[in-house]
Amino acid sequence: MALDQSFVGRTYPPTAPYEVGREKIREFAEAVGDTNPAYVDREAAQALGHADVIAPPTFVFAITFKAAGEVVHDPELGLDYSRVVHGDQKFAYTRPVRAGDRLSVTSTIEGIKSLAGNDIVDVRGEVHDEAGEHVVTAWTKLVSRAAEEA
Amino acid sequence: MATTVKYADVEVGTELPAQTFPVTRATLVQYAGASGDFNPIHWNEKFAVEVGLPDVIAHGMFTMAEAIRVVTDWTGDPAAVVEYGVRFTKPVVVPNDDKGAEIEVSAKVAAKLDDNRVRVDLLATSAGQKVLGMSRAVVQLV
Repeated sequence: MALDQSFVGRTYPPTAPYEVGREKIREFAEAVGDTNPAYVDREAAQALGHADVIAPPTFVFAITFKAAGEVVHDPELGLDYSRVVHGDQKFAYTRPVRAGDRLSVTSTIEGIKSLAGNDIVDVRGEVHDEAGEHVVTAWTKLVSRAAEEA
Repeated sequence: MATTVKYADVEVGTELPAQTFPVTRATLVQYAGASGDFNPIHWNEKFAVEVGLPDVIAHGMFTMAEAIRVVTDWTGDPAAVVEYGVRFTKPVVVPNDDKGAEIEVSAKVAAKLDDNRVRVDLLATSAGQKVLGMSRAVVQLV
């Protein structure tokens, strides 16, 4: 059944702040095998003009995806999450995420489409720091694949 | 932002150094822990096959994280990346052996934009298949 179009434009309350830890950044950089010193060495990061170690560009997804999860699990929306795959992902950065940031995400449903039985939901996550300054916007396209005919 | 790559030194068609990134089951377990994405399609072969996949597949976000390394290694400062987007077109299948899979990434400057910015188009393949589509970054140069 097609999803309710009236959800387009709906904005969810900001998430509780996520505190970015330097060891979490290190763990992420190691997991993707990235040895850029800006991720682990404060002096190296400062030499590039950053206040502290910064996170790799895709690190923030863990935070925005969790926020988007609250949207896609909204029982009123009725998305079949067990059939969801990740379609597209895009980020636009005002500044890099850095250790010590306390980040809050405000999610908005930007679009809902049904295409050949697939439900497609576009969620925009606006990430702000504790001072209310914009850090990054994440656009996530989720596709709930059509159930096979019985 | 403190990259040393100069806008004046690049032109449309300038190629960034290509790289190949290995990915094994162990890599995926480590990435699952670091990212918090514990979807069993990334570590449980039985589950992956049951939902119609050929085998365990890499997290799309893992592939996205590897691809941008071609850009961040080029700029030195990862913060030079001001926009980055991809479409997940094909999964990276990771067999349960010592070798796993490889993600090959090449990139080139596709357009020179205003304010010393360039658009870099990325090509990511695994086992001869293109795994990311519309894979683009906007990069701030000096």
